Amino acid sequence: MSKKVLDRLKKELGDTILETSNFRGDDTAWVAPKDWVKVATFLRDDDALQMDHFIDLTAVDYPEREPDDARFDVLLSVRSAGKNHRLRLKTKVEAGADLATLTGVWAGADWAEREVYDMFGIKFSDHPDLRRILLYEEFEGHPLLKDYPIERTQPLVPYRDVEDIAKLPPFGLDEGQPFARVDWKERLAGNDAQVSPSLGVDAGQLRNISDSQIAESEHSDMLQTLAGSPAPAPGEG
Amino acid sequence: MEPTYEAFEDDAALELPSEPMRLNMGPAHPAVHGTIRMVLDLDGETVQNVDVQPGYLHRGFEKSCERGTWAQVFPYTDRLNYCSPMLNNVGFALAVEKLLDIEVPERAQYYRVILGELARITDHMICNGAGAMELGAFTPFLWLLKVRDWVWDVLERETGSRMTHSFGRIGGMAAPPTETFAEDVTDLLEQVEKVTIETEALLLRNRIFVDRMQDVGILSKELALSMGATGPVLRSTGVDYDVRKAHPYMVYDRFDFEVPIGHKGDTYDRFLVRMEEIRQSVSIIRQALEQMPTDGPVNVDDPRIVLPEKREVYNTIEGTIAHFKLVMEGLKPPKGEVYGYTEGANGELGFFIVSDGSGTPYRVRVRPPCWFNLQGVRSMVMGGMLADIIPTFGSINMIGGECDR
Repeated sequence: MSKKVLDRLKKELGDTILETSNFRGDDTAWVAPKDWVKVATFLRDDDALQMDHFIDLTAVDYPEREPDDARFDVLLSVRSAGKNHRLRLKTKVEAGADLATLTGVWAGADWAEREVYDMFGIKFSDHPDLRRILLYEEFEGHPLLKDYPIERTQPLVPYRDVEDIAKLPPFGLDEGQPFARVDWKERLAGNDAQVSPSLGVDAGQLRNISDSQIAESEHSDMLQTLAGSPAPAPGEG
Repeated sequence: MEPTYEAFEDDAALELPSEPMRLNMGPAHPAVHGTIRMVLDLDGETVQNVDVQPGYLHRGFEKSCERGTWAQVFPYTDRLNYCSPMLNNVGFALAVEKLLDIEVPERAQYYRVILGELARITDHMICNGAGAMELGAFTPFLWLLKVRDWVWDVLERETGSRMTHSFGRIGGMAAPPTETFAEDVTDLLEQVEKVTIETEALLLRNRIFVDRMQDVGILSKELALSMGATGPVLRSTGVDYDVRKAHPYMVYDRFDFEVPIGHKGDTYDRFLVRMEEIRQSVSIIRQALEQMPTDGPVNVDDPRIVLPEKREVYNTIEGTIAHFKLVMEGLKPPKGEVYGYTEGANGELGFFIVSDGSGTPYRVRVRPPCWFNLQGVRSMVMGGMLADIIPTFGSINMIGGECDR
């Protein structure tokens, strides 16, 4: 059964298939990076192969192969749901070179290619959404490269700038609820600052502090920090 | 006076101007089990677009594997799918054994099958129980967890640990079955069957449950295949792909069992497929207990692969040397790369391993079934209601440890 796949490939595609092997029952075929999408499309569409089930796409890093040979192996595993055979397609990608995306052939290649990009830094040209997926965008380097030391620490990342963040909590000094438990007896007694500092300002229990006043104040550092959290202690005004 | 609608010339005037609302769901959402962030664009309650962002539990499984011996990978595999660690242990052991080209003794194979199927039962119980709980049905969740705990009791008696067993070994298992193994498992299976029936009786005729599950989160057959979905998610769409049947490994070709499939690919189908798989696993375990040899080794007889017994290590020079070599250098598989795949609880669990001939893995790539199943979530929830994300996501059974590695 398994021999048929490789025979068919060699017969139909001829020189495009650079090499084939069958180690421990895993059928493998090598192609050049330029034929990557062409062969993949053939695998999916050929009547005798019908490789419609995407299984996996990953890469292996061989830095010591440079400079004679390309650094990365990229591997694709697919199988046929109807015929129940599978194949591993491999290609070699040089460091810094792009590989054409397979997202147009199998939808499952999307996340798999994003992961390979994330872990190895291999770029897939024409990928619709090539972002990091497991790691965050500020991560430096690509961890599965052999020259990425496992004990390397990453720098701390500052908060991201998000549009319209002003509309989201945390609130300003005169907004929001205090983060402590509300004493309802105080509240019933008319201490509105217990519930909301802005109500407290309205009721004359709190002073409304503007940004310019914070900057002028001798305790501006402390007040700046407070501005990220709810109100100052009630009854200040 | 109340306003009358006749006052407006057309309905469009009634529509308030609106723009899509961006909602952050997760990474720690109380109704979603699993750390995952979904950035939703909502129009009212309808999901217009969603960006699923995994990775919050990424801890560098594949990188960590590249700095120990082959045997030291086992504790990491426990933490992949921590609902069914035994299946991961066995999956990795089988991949390395494929590279070594060895086969473990028959008794070990049956032992692996039985422990693995027990793990599959607990995994499906957790998924279905938690899925029902998120829709408000707390009772079946508690019932299923109670029985899952009893399964864990048996696993603890066998392996010494309830959850992270690290019990698989390359070339066999860490220890032979205990004396009361068959008896314990037989007693347990009755309880499993009972709780399965009870759960179904409580849920499948419950109008609220059925309404929330049926026709929700539909995945088409073609898309599921192209997305790389496997396991219950793929089978619910009507594809009868189960690695145990399609490419039988170990002794699975000796058992008579069915592969349940759905026909619509909705959340309800996925629930039913898992329920039926619990029954099939029970049947497999019963057959395996009957066929399992009562004595014999559970490890291959090869000192280059399996650690010698402690008695040998302390009393013979050969044992000491073999132990020292295996612990300090690790076993050395031949140069090459193989892809070993088994049926995990969520689908095809594959280990693509590359050996450069040394005692340390050159590359261990795990193909996590959740990862590809989760990729399908986007098309499942698009156009649906916000509240339907909960049952849909629950039925995927995304396990953070496995998905994010």
